[in-house]
Amino acid sequence: MKQNIIRTIPVMTGYLVLGFGFGIVLRSKGFGILWCLALSTFVYAGSMQYVAVDLMAMGAGLLTTALTTLMVNARHLFYGISMIDRYKALKHGKLYSIFGLTDETYSLVCQDSSLSDWDIFQISLFNQIYWVIGSLLGSAIGALLPWDFAGIDFALTALFVCIFTEQWLAGKDHAPAVIGATSSLACLLVFGRGNFLIPSMLLITAMLTILMKIRGGQR
Amino acid sequence: MSSFYPAVQIAVIALVTMALRFLPFLIFGKGKQTPKYISYLGTVLPPAIMGMLVIYCLRGISFGSIGAFLPALLSVVTVVLLHVWKRKTLLSILGGTVLYMVLLNIM
Repeated sequence: MKQNIIRTIPVMTGYLVLGFGFGIVLRSKGFGILWCLALSTFVYAGSMQYVAVDLMAMGAGLLTTALTTLMVNARHLFYGISMIDRYKALKHGKLYSIFGLTDETYSLVCQDSSLSDWDIFQISLFNQIYWVIGSLLGSAIGALLPWDFAGIDFALTALFVCIFTEQWLAGKDHAPAVIGATSSLACLLVFGRGNFLIPSMLLITAMLTILMKIRGGQR
Repeated sequence: MSSFYPAVQIAVIALVTMALRFLPFLIFGKGKQTPKYISYLGTVLPPAIMGMLVIYCLRGISFGSIGAFLPALLSVVTVVLLHVWKRKTLLSILGGTVLYMVLLNIM
């Protein structure tokens, strides 16, 4: 358990801060601490919760709400597919671990293949606890704090950069990493920051499939 | 404000999000052999996704002025260098984040 707390410290920093920010934003739109608890417990998807605040504040239609969620969270399909054999074999805490597979939990689990079922469960649970605590604190006391933590959310960017580097150093095959970064960058430039995730995922899948065909042909 | 409608919205958001997380397991789940192609994607996707997430986090950077992109750029480079040097996850993240906050303040 102690080991898993240490493993999740990078996420703890980011989640407490981002959760805190979410609590503040939600409160500023007139939704109090119970709404905050409901969203952080049942939705538990960082960027989507920020989007949810807007959807709730403007009373968006249910179809719009569903489609927006589909677009913003489509990348979670990727996490399931890439973890399919590992998570399928889980004997303990499987349902919760699948539910709790956020960007950050995914990034911690995918870089360490030695994790046990309980390790994965605990990492998922601890991360959600940090997120819930951060968001509740933001909702309760966020508006009272006089200082600002501008830039501390960079911790999550740093986490992804760090894992990207670690995977690069640990692996021999750099083609998937290069494909992921360059495809996303290309789609960002073409489609703009609001709409590039889904094209990126399609392009990455296409490029990886081509890579498989090319390499399969060489054998 | 009526609290019924926002509650329905939250339910919709939660259900769609859960559907996305569970769908791969419903399709390729227990007892079924995972198709080779999906297993292949499982091995090559993690580094590709991490590359995508890095770009995703940096999507907001504007190149309009030095102060708008230099803090992020320098901090990302710092995280990479720290990690290549020591390979300590916490040190790399802490170093990059502290630098970013300092740069944000002085630029």
